[in-house]
Amino acid sequence: MSQKTDKSKEAARIPLEEGIAEWRSYVRRRQAIHRVDADELEDHLRTQATMLVEAGLAEDEAFLIAVKRIGALDELSREFGREHSERLWKRLVVGPDDGGDGAGKGTGTLKEALVAVALAVAAAAAIKIPELFGAGMQVNQELPAFYVRNLSLFELPLLAVFFAWKRSLAPAGRLWLAVPFVAAAVAINLMPFAPRAHTEVLAAMHLFIALWLAVGYAYATGRWRDHDQRMNYVRFSGEWFIYYALIALGGGVLMGLTGFVFSAIGLKPEPLLVTWILPCGAVGAVIIAAWLVEAKQSVIENMAPVLTLIFTPLFALLLLAFLGTMAWTGSGIGVGREVLIGFDLLLVVVAGLVLYAISARDPQKAPGPFDALQLLLIVCALLVDAIALWAIAARISEFGFSPNKLAALGENLILLVNLGWSAVLYARFLTRRAAFAMLERWQTAYLPVYAVWGCVVVVVFPPLFGFK
Amino acid sequence: MNIGKDLVAASATPLILSILSEGESYGYAIIKRVAELSGGELQWTDGMLYPVLHRLERNGFVKAVWGQSESGRQRKYYRLTDSGAEELASQRRQWHVVDSTLRRTLFRSLHLTPQGG
Repeated sequence: MSQKTDKSKEAARIPLEEGIAEWRSYVRRRQAIHRVDADELEDHLRTQATMLVEAGLAEDEAFLIAVKRIGALDELSREFGREHSERLWKRLVVGPDDGGDGAGKGTGTLKEALVAVALAVAAAAAIKIPELFGAGMQVNQELPAFYVRNLSLFELPLLAVFFAWKRSLAPAGRLWLAVPFVAAAVAINLMPFAPRAHTEVLAAMHLFIALWLAVGYAYATGRWRDHDQRMNYVRFSGEWFIYYALIALGGGVLMGLTGFVFSAIGLKPEPLLVTWILPCGAVGAVIIAAWLVEAKQSVIENMAPVLTLIFTPLFALLLLAFLGTMAWTGSGIGVGREVLIGFDLLLVVVAGLVLYAISARDPQKAPGPFDALQLLLIVCALLVDAIALWAIAARISEFGFSPNKLAALGENLILLVNLGWSAVLYARFLTRRAAFAMLERWQTAYLPVYAVWGCVVVVVFPPLFGFK
Repeated sequence: MNIGKDLVAASATPLILSILSEGESYGYAIIKRVAELSGGELQWTDGMLYPVLHRLERNGFVKAVWGQSESGRQRKYYRLTDSGAEELASQRRQWHVVDSTLRRTLFRSLHLTPQGG
């Protein structure tokens, strides 16, 4: 650059450097603007200032004009937040309208906590009310069929209410939101299930999946078609799961200790624990975990990527070892029902890991070794899935269809399609022929498939198998 | 003349893409070029360019690489990708439709068209 002004520039450099350093520290306080973005903006600021100095302005004037031209930080961080919604999503959900400055946070949190606790209590009450009508739970007895059927209807509608309240869902949206829950309640309770029907348990499990995605409608304030909203809901679901597992762990310890201290003084607390604390805690924790994810975002924020980082290699290793052992010993998969469900669960975990890794990843980072590892994990899972499918097919051709086998088969196919195309997209991303966004989009576009499958198992399976 | 916010936002993508089709560039130079091409009529808040560039990058229309400026500072350069070129072509068609529609209808009847149609 121009040599002749270097001396005079040197004299005035200090205020400019100070100004830039201060400006940078303001920029860095914005959650939506990451360090690399600050670097890029700083380069812009410096270039602009240099040009203005060369045009004859003093350094401090040049700095002021350059800062003004780059724009107000509030607006800027809002724009960055809109583009990089994964950085801001917790912010956006904590206060939808505060534009990310967190001004109204203090008052909102207390009110939100009260609403969450009230809804959790309501869920606990909901699961105990049937007892007034004779459907009580007993120690050492199977859960009455009424509870099995309605397992997701005690807490998920309330979770939906929580989000509808929090996002101030429009009245029309609330009506739409109510539809799946009412339909589910009517459908599952009107079906004439045989006692201990397999289809009943299956329907109850799959109803949870379908209704969980219905809660997503409230979560996304009705904008459920929006790709970013779906990704946010995936993130929410992953972190909700972590919180729920932590609460369950703590609850288990609490219950164990309660049982221990009371039996030490000769009392039997099991009935109270099993019929009150456990069910009430289990449904209440659904709401509390959701509230925690929303409110205490930053605590968990750094944990999700770490967890995927730990478990992706471990699961890849597990699958590799499994495939290796099978190839070495030549033994096939046993065809017991539990085994098939176990393999389905394994694939669910792998698909979950992939989904979670995708949601936690910065989409703009170049492909790295971790992405290759993800691909390895998926390919291993695909191989295992192929083997499991073969085993299921063998079992079906031998004994015919049963609801459990058909459900296991359906889940397997759904995961196969998801993981197969994910593998293709990962390979294209690794060879730099596709953007990472394609993978994100594939995963979010696939979400309705789970909901549809869930509905099929709830609505079609029971009549198909004679409600047995 | 003050150009409306929405129009500025809508025209940002085709402008950036077509400027990058002239060759690799970086934020400051892109803004300079926009000012130059529009004769200073089209003014952006400088910082707002970057989120747009990042969106284009996420969609795979441009590719970003960190390089060095003439003075040796870190600088992020943007380059048009193949799918960016396709996007530019599609944007060009869309803008052409808008432009020719406006010329045929509204502007003619208001006698405002600078070229006289």
